[in-house]
Amino acid sequence: MARTDRIAEPWGTRTPYGPGERWPVRVDQHLEEGLTEADVDRWVQSASTLHSNGDGLDLAVKDGRLVGVRGRAQDRVNHGRLGPKDLFGWQSVGSSDRLTQPLVGRDGRLVETTWDEAMELLVGRMQELLAERGASAVGFYTTGQLFLEEYYTLGVMAHAGIGTNHVDGNTRLCTATAAAALKESFGCDGQPGSYTDVDHADVIALFGHNMAETQTVLWTRILDRLAGPRPPQVLCVDPRLTPVARAATVHLAPRPGTNVALMNGLLHEVIAHGWVDEDYVAAHTVGFSELERQVREYTPEVVARICDVPEEDLRAAARLVGTADRLLSTVLQGFYQSHQGTASAVQVNNLHLVRGMLGAPGRGLLQMNGQPSAENTRECGADGDLAGFRNWSNAAHVADLARVWNVEPDAIPHWSPPTHAMQMMRYLEDGSMRMLWVQGTNPLVSLPELNRIRSVLTQERVFLVVQDIFLSETAQVADLVLPAATTGEKTGTFTNVDRTVHLSEKAVEPPGQARPDLDIFLDFARRMGFRDKDGGPLVHWHDPESAFAVWKECSRGRPCDYTALTYDKLRGGSGIQWPCDEEHPEGTERLYEGGRFFAAPDVAESYGRDLITGAPLEETEYRAMNPQGRAVLKAARYVPPHELPSERFPLQLVTGRTLYHFHTRTRTGRARQLHDAAPDVWVEVSQHDAGTHGLAEGDLAEVTTPRGRVEGRVRISGIRPGVLFLPFHYGYWDMPGGHAPDGHSRAANELTLTDWDPCSKQPVFKTAAARLRRLAASDGTPSPAPTTTGSAPVGPGAASVPPTRGGEASMSDELLPSDDLPTDDLPSDGGAR
Amino acid sequence: MRIGLALRELHRDETELADELLHLSERHAVDHEVYHLARDLAGWSADHVRRIAEIAGRYGEDLDPDAVGESGTAKRVRERVSDALDRSAPPGMALLRDLRTVYTMAQGVSVDWELLAQAAQGIRHHDLLDLTQHCHPENLRQARWANAKLKESATQVLVS
Repeated sequence: MARTDRIAEPWGTRTPYGPGERWPVRVDQHLEEGLTEADVDRWVQSASTLHSNGDGLDLAVKDGRLVGVRGRAQDRVNHGRLGPKDLFGWQSVGSSDRLTQPLVGRDGRLVETTWDEAMELLVGRMQELLAERGASAVGFYTTGQLFLEEYYTLGVMAHAGIGTNHVDGNTRLCTATAAAALKESFGCDGQPGSYTDVDHADVIALFGHNMAETQTVLWTRILDRLAGPRPPQVLCVDPRLTPVARAATVHLAPRPGTNVALMNGLLHEVIAHGWVDEDYVAAHTVGFSELERQVREYTPEVVARICDVPEEDLRAAARLVGTADRLLSTVLQGFYQSHQGTASAVQVNNLHLVRGMLGAPGRGLLQMNGQPSAENTRECGADGDLAGFRNWSNAAHVADLARVWNVEPDAIPHWSPPTHAMQMMRYLEDGSMRMLWVQGTNPLVSLPELNRIRSVLTQERVFLVVQDIFLSETAQVADLVLPAATTGEKTGTFTNVDRTVHLSEKAVEPPGQARPDLDIFLDFARRMGFRDKDGGPLVHWHDPESAFAVWKECSRGRPCDYTALTYDKLRGGSGIQWPCDEEHPEGTERLYEGGRFFAAPDVAESYGRDLITGAPLEETEYRAMNPQGRAVLKAARYVPPHELPSERFPLQLVTGRTLYHFHTRTRTGRARQLHDAAPDVWVEVSQHDAGTHGLAEGDLAEVTTPRGRVEGRVRISGIRPGVLFLPFHYGYWDMPGGHAPDGHSRAANELTLTDWDPCSKQPVFKTAAARLRRLAASDGTPSPAPTTTGSAPVGPGAASVPPTRGGEASMSDELLPSDDLPTDDLPSDGGAR
Repeated sequence: MRIGLALRELHRDETELADELLHLSERHAVDHEVYHLARDLAGWSADHVRRIAEIAGRYGEDLDPDAVGESGTAKRVRERVSDALDRSAPPGMALLRDLRTVYTMAQGVSVDWELLAQAAQGIRHHDLLDLTQHCHPENLRQARWANAKLKESATQVLVS
């Protein structure tokens, strides 16, 4: 057994393995200081909710409270491993500043109230608005961190109960483009690949995906492959020198906002060199000639100029993906949060389609999610889509959903695409929406252009309801605050990036009067008296397991089929990948084997959109284009971002995450080890720009865009010259300002712009024109940026930066293969084929 | 042969469509997607105008390649005015009206392109046919965008 400082070594000890071999088990564990396993009363099954990887874990309970965590050796996702956020983040559950009682705004202050009063106020205001202004006056803004049962209930309630089209999640900021890109290429949402593709791939390409920080355990799997025999080659596309870039065979650091040009360049080379699987293209796709025509002009010379990357690196990258025998690609925010997010992510799909790299071991595609249950937000319809990946513009799908819910089809809003989060902000701004019910998300820190968002959400005429576990920035300005339970305090299921469904069971009681989100929704539905068309209760379930049962029926026959899953089946063993039905009782490892898609006009979740204008295609157009339901090769030309560097704002600002934090730090900021590893905002600058601005490591600098300014200490990193990076995690809940800057402005979204990809409606966080200025020389305080990550220091000053260490508090156990590992229930890596 | 005349009319109509899109963008600058997309799509028409002017000489017409456009300062002032005045006003019928104008103008332009494509085939002028094959699909996408935006906005505007 090893004792490892998992802040200093986020990926832990290597357990090398070769292609086609089983990833060795390594069981990671962290218990409260002074406790040993013998002190633990019981272990309760769950999975991680501080990222999207879905690591199976057990929560340690002693005397009715959480005291630690241990990876589940038998889980297919992590084979026992945990990342730093899993190992330490659970401590926030027991934090003393949890919300324990409903709060209501009176005279500019939040005062405690009872649940009964709170719910009556909520229901009263809702009914008033519905009577006065109709369903278009209210909206729901949920999250990617609740459970499936909660999203499904929310979706039924909002769509069929209230009849509003204004339903979205913060998944709009993280995973909307993944869903949109999958719909464009394959007719339907649904992750093609599996994590086990890492075990087989000979080339792994990461497009705008700093996996080392966002999905640490999946990156650990790749590190173990890289340390083993016949390691895969790695392509990294990222303007920062991330841990992925450092491990890469080829690293392309394109100018922000040029991903479509880059992808078209790679496709150009793949086609020009004859690396196309012509049989696959002919049998399983439509649109190849248009793609070929579109990428023709994107020669390496042209692309090298647009993206400002060396031509020979482009050629090398194209050779890697063009000649791979087993190519695994992953895509995340570097692509998604751009003005052409969907268009660029779709080109990665195209790469796999033209190379026939789908549905076989190592030939996989992962359009990643950022949040633990983002997949459920999407499939249950809490992002506004219709439940079960049904198509809002297909009358038969709407009628089928109406049958499941026992309502009239016209009770389900489907006259237009669902209203996305940014459009809801606009409707709140213009006064046509008067109520927003926010659950488990913090728009006052995470949405772009915070000055505007603050002015929208603090309007007198807007009734803002916030359901959360802490008094977030957003909760502080709410009219009504509903205290919720969190993972470990409630039971439910959720589904990770590669479709693995986990059960998370209640381990401890929520604090005070905090209630599970599902209970809040069920109470609301009961008080509202929602009825089906026969006068029975619309929401007729009463607990997580009965909610799961109705969801299963809703998913029957759809691509995300859950019908053969039960809580009992998910108990004890590994998570299971959907579809899981009679035909695939152990789940399904990979989608699209043999080039079979869910793209037939009668099956497809979406008829697609224009990648540039975002206008939805009509059913007739789709039927004509793709009558046989093949995959669609959708081409797009590169267009520059709307906000380009100028004389006044000569640099480009990129915002993003760091390994130790999740979102707005509501949970990770309350775990000591994670907080200390990255305690405050910093400004990441290249050596070149530091030189021209007279900046040294640790200096205090100011970043300004047309929207605002942010101050932070400088970290000179390996980022691309001309580009600045700010982590977006830092808001004001632990600052004097509370919910807004009070002198010290540090939220990256003070600077970002209100603009989005017209196709996925995902806001742009990767290209804002900015300028940089030195405010003060370093007083010896080091930049709070971690040294273990993409923000690692470079250059002459690097040696003097103290390395990120967690010390004694971060020491965690690693049970290694050389130890006595349990052998009886090792992971089964995937479902039946 | 009246191809010169047809090109002149198309040049005028594409210029007007571009100006109308710019107008839409400025008037509804607080509606961010309308603001950005309308400007982007005006750029498509400006490009069509340039291409039309380029080929028109061969048909005896001297057309301005840069007919779309205006003083940047005046535009910025108008945008700021729109931003300052309209942010919290209810979504008026104005948005629907302006989108309707763009949609019908784009439809008209589409007919122009169809006529020209027919003529180009009749006289087997491949350059002219290439021009229509480049521009007409983009024109249809402009119309489809305006139509989609109308459908998306109508409910909120009319029932709220």
